[in-house]
Amino acid sequence: MEALSPTMEEGRLVAWKKKEGDAVKAGETLAEVETDKAVMELVAREDGVLRKIVLGEGATVPVGALVAIVGGKDEDISLVLPPTSPAPVVGGGLSRGAGAAPGTAKAPAAAATPAPATVAAPSLHPAPSHPTPGSSRVRSSPLARRLAAERGLDLRLVPGTGPAGRITKRDVDAAGAAVRPAAAAPAAPALAVVPGMAAPPGGVRDVPLTTMRKTIARRLVESIGPVPHFYLTSEIEMERAWEARAHLAGLGDAYKVSFNDLIVKAVALALRQHPAVNASFLEDRIRYHGDVHVGMAVAVEDGLITPVIRHADRKGLLEIAAEAKTLAERARARRLTPEEYTGATFSVSNLGMFDIDEFTAVINPPEAGILAVGRIAQRAVVADGQLAVRRTMRVTMSCDHRVVDGATGAKFLQTVKLMLENPLAMLL
Amino acid sequence: MPVLTYRDALNQALREEMARNQDVFLMGEEVGAYQGAYKVSRGLLEEFGPMRVVDSPITELGFAGVGVGAAMAGLRPVIEFMTWNFALLAIDQIVNSAAKMLYMSGGQVPIPIVFRGPGGAALMLAAQHSQSFEAWYAHVPGLKVVTPATPADAKGLLKSAIRDDNPVIFIEGEMLYNQKGEVPEGEHLIPLGVADIKRPGTDVTIVAHAKMVAVALKAAEELEKEGVSAEVVDPRTLRPLDLPTILESVRKTNRCVIVEEGWPLAGIGASVVDGIQREAFDDLDAPVLRVTGADVPMPYNRQLEKLAKPDAAKVVAAAKRVLYLAQG
Repeated sequence: MEALSPTMEEGRLVAWKKKEGDAVKAGETLAEVETDKAVMELVAREDGVLRKIVLGEGATVPVGALVAIVGGKDEDISLVLPPTSPAPVVGGGLSRGAGAAPGTAKAPAAAATPAPATVAAPSLHPAPSHPTPGSSRVRSSPLARRLAAERGLDLRLVPGTGPAGRITKRDVDAAGAAVRPAAAAPAAPALAVVPGMAAPPGGVRDVPLTTMRKTIARRLVESIGPVPHFYLTSEIEMERAWEARAHLAGLGDAYKVSFNDLIVKAVALALRQHPAVNASFLEDRIRYHGDVHVGMAVAVEDGLITPVIRHADRKGLLEIAAEAKTLAERARARRLTPEEYTGATFSVSNLGMFDIDEFTAVINPPEAGILAVGRIAQRAVVADGQLAVRRTMRVTMSCDHRVVDGATGAKFLQTVKLMLENPLAMLL
Repeated sequence: MPVLTYRDALNQALREEMARNQDVFLMGEEVGAYQGAYKVSRGLLEEFGPMRVVDSPITELGFAGVGVGAAMAGLRPVIEFMTWNFALLAIDQIVNSAAKMLYMSGGQVPIPIVFRGPGGAALMLAAQHSQSFEAWYAHVPGLKVVTPATPADAKGLLKSAIRDDNPVIFIEGEMLYNQKGEVPEGEHLIPLGVADIKRPGTDVTIVAHAKMVAVALKAAEELEKEGVSAEVVDPRTLRPLDLPTILESVRKTNRCVIVEEGWPLAGIGASVVDGIQREAFDDLDAPVLRVTGADVPMPYNRQLEKLAKPDAAKVVAAAKRVLYLAQG
């Protein structure tokens, strides 16, 4: 299994594109593989014949695991063939044979042939397969089981990182952090049931984590854990932006832009003006980025992904609009390449279309901030001492306090507000 | 507080107890004129005379039996074995007489006797003279088994052992006799059956007794360099075993490694694991691992002997495995 993205640790084989015995050329697609973010193509590295398919469709293996054998037509492949029925192992490297158990003293074999074992360890089973979805056996430590029961976690949904996939305290702690906020959220007033998620009445429906869901969980925990967030909220009047967008749309379909495009543009320009926000905290230094790349969170089935509009400060609105549309479509089709969803210097997350007034977003490290955008609504405001009705939008910026201080973030947000309240300023 | 060697701490305990109670006497090979093979009884013959510091012939079974008889008659003998390897000859007196007498006399005949001497491997003494027998004695109801790791423990535990009305197996260490440490003066008594936290920690419990306490402490230092906080628990007495203190530690750390010099099968650690898995099952995040002597007669060859004994590196490796810091 090749690493098909920078963060890929395991891959799920979606479909084989070649059969055993097919001739393949270097560069030809052998199979489709789901990585942590997208479905990618696994290509042949050499000309030859696909001699043996080792990994079945739907199976998940870690990077580096044997997937198939490509070789000469009559080449002897028996040496590289795995022994009978190779169970795909997740969290590999568990075999104990090679790496001599710690402390095993190879003492001289005495005449009485006692076993030369110094560490009388319980023999861990040699690399059994990870419990596959549907198997009811979940390996977990007694402590992990107790903690899961106390916290109301379903251990079948917790990825185990111990030997043979054993779920340990560490895994329960990590899962707990990821699961709890969702569990605490009030149930949505669901009028229409979201398809695919419904549990039978009176029952439950357990869905094993997809590779993407695992990655989301891991990344968010990485963020909210070590990244000290603070939040700045501002209400922005959107009357002029509303007019500007309507005006542009009146010029024809070619001039249609979304509010999100306007926001991306405003954020990009503000980042250019406030380089202190266009930065990353690294362990021993702060890195300021010369380019402005704005990530935009896109909801996809069972997850989200943040494709990046590169050099957004240097692109025109129409260019941003076109690019955002393409990226969002590719994201929903799970066809984004790693270059398309990595490298942002700041992100925008918009839940306005879901009637959210305001919310806070979790920073996508190593970015120093993310702007959470609520819906545009007509609200009662006081303008010039008079009560008036205005379209406004509430935005909340999450800042990594190690990089961005309160005043720094506030000034950045003022610029964003200025741009959006006066769209003409974006021309300057 | 005065700093004494382990040897002199034992000497002090003997001297104080012999001065305190004239029923206490010392008997064994070379304990008098030669002042002990390891000089534990230095000066005692001069101070207490040949009636109370008795040089015996080379007859382990014989003088162990004389000791049991003296105890039956109301004295409080301290029987020194030059090493516990030689006590194999006396084990019938220890197991069949000393350990059983109170029970078989319906509680009428207590045997307040201490059998003491060095146990475990020293250096290149080969298979017959490098053995740890604490598990053997700990197996026997009617005996108490004490294994002090430090000079202060040696003194406090020996004084308590001499005052105890039961037969006590007191296992010292040839490699410990020169170890120095602070030892309280005078009435320093450590009750039998009480463990000691030799080093507090939060991430993993290391249970070790006798010489292995030093090994465990060294391992704990190594682990600390890698950010792992190890707690070292020394049971000090193996029978009765202070399981509550061990359990309290394991409930805190969720992980345990047990170190002992003896062989693995039916060793002390096996009993400790038994208690932990039964009483702290739901607190365990990993199987309890044991680091023991190799399951072989001790090799004479220096390098092989080193490999056959537990050391800090092996303990560190086992600790990392229960912490899931190492695969395997």
